Amino acid sequence: MSLPDVAVIDYGIGNLLSVRRGLEHCGATVTVTADPDAILSSSRVVLPGVGAFANGMAELKRRGLDTVVREVATRGTPLLGICLGMQLLLDESEEFGINPGLGLIPGRVVPVPAVTREGNPQKIPHIGWNVLIPAYGRDNWQGTPLQDVGPGQAVYFVHSFMANPADSRHRVADCRYGGLAVSAVIGREHVFGCQFHPEKSGKVGLTILKRFLAC
Amino acid sequence: MRRTRLIARLDIKGPNLIKGIRLEGLRVIGSPNEHALRYYNQGADELLYMDIVASLYGRNSLGEIVQNAAQDVFVPMTVGGGIRSVDDATHLLRCGADKVAVNTAAVLNPSLISDIARRFGSQCMVLSIEAKQIAPDRWETYTDNGRERTGLDVIEWVKKGVALGAGEVLLTSVDREGTRKGFDVRLVRAVTQEVSVPVIASGGMGKPEDLVEVVQQGEADAVAMADILHYRRAELCDIRRVAQAAGIEVRSHEPA
Repeated sequence: MSLPDVAVIDYGIGNLLSVRRGLEHCGATVTVTADPDAILSSSRVVLPGVGAFANGMAELKRRGLDTVVREVATRGTPLLGICLGMQLLLDESEEFGINPGLGLIPGRVVPVPAVTREGNPQKIPHIGWNVLIPAYGRDNWQGTPLQDVGPGQAVYFVHSFMANPADSRHRVADCRYGGLAVSAVIGREHVFGCQFHPEKSGKVGLTILKRFLAC
Repeated sequence: MRRTRLIARLDIKGPNLIKGIRLEGLRVIGSPNEHALRYYNQGADELLYMDIVASLYGRNSLGEIVQNAAQDVFVPMTVGGGIRSVDDATHLLRCGADKVAVNTAAVLNPSLISDIARRFGSQCMVLSIEAKQIAPDRWETYTDNGRERTGLDVIEWVKKGVALGAGEVLLTSVDREGTRKGFDVRLVRAVTQEVSVPVIASGGMGKPEDLVEVVQQGEADAVAMADILHYRRAELCDIRRVAQAAGIEVRSHEPA
């Protein structure tokens, strides 16, 4: 079997070194690129990103990459959004006013609650290692990048906003923050998103990337 | 309670991993990358690199070391020592760092804290404080790796730094650093009671039980360790086991 080739979309947002190295470590041939043809001819596509939603969307559009990412999804090429890249998959975000996203997974990006379930204040951003649990109504992670990872494994989060898919079937895994569910992995057909950073989540994170390469 | 983070601290001088006592009397330990990989494989939650002579010579050699580590280390990395500007921070983040730790330059120019936090987010801006006890329950802030006095009270300075946008505090006790006598728990507690951001206790870990004390009594959110790991007086798995037995929640780690 040939090595999977992965395009990591470079739209001027954040440091892509660790994402590239993580994928390479899992055996992928990686191209970090903003070239539509290179992206569309890859067998897997990763949409990384950190920072504000509106800025990320604007940078994608400025390079004409919003339509390219939608085309990737239409073709059924496996797509993985990481952190901001995950949030961009949804219809819209409430960060700094309502801003439209890529609309590949129905739903909205909303603030991580600043109070716990008991009503106590909690720290925002949500930073650090937190454990993955199956989303409500799910009994397994078959066919998702989490397939080889058991519930209870910890991964590394840094975020202030979170994805809130309209259809609960698109919620794959959550974590608990202040007793409340925070969406950690979402998925619809071949489109997946991780709120956490698999490239900074040790061996568990690499297992997730490896499984995505085989999805 | 949040998971307590176990952080491997690597003090760097030139190309070498080094270790001192009270930040002095430096001894070469070996290759930073070999040790970084060992701690990553043992399940360190984060790595912390400090170029401990950078302030003295006004330079930073860490970029290359971090870039090498980023090839094989897939946990968050914090990098400090000699960072004077937003550009210095940008360079280290591009090399694969996730956060930067600033001490001397922040004391000289506190607005650097806000500048870095505004540009990259507070989660990226770690305020590094070197504290020396000057009276019972009073500590003074030092810079240049414990060499220069500032006249700043540690508690006043940490409050100011957090107000300016520091998202985390690395608190090093110069008195305990490298001594294996345990953490300055009173110092750590004095700081954790005053600020809401996570505090990393650093300096003095001689045995796994020292971690239990600084977490339970000092309320440290994370513990930095160097000497105990470099000289293999305990492995991270032993430390994790002692922490769990004491009821401290830490990340579970499945060896590869």
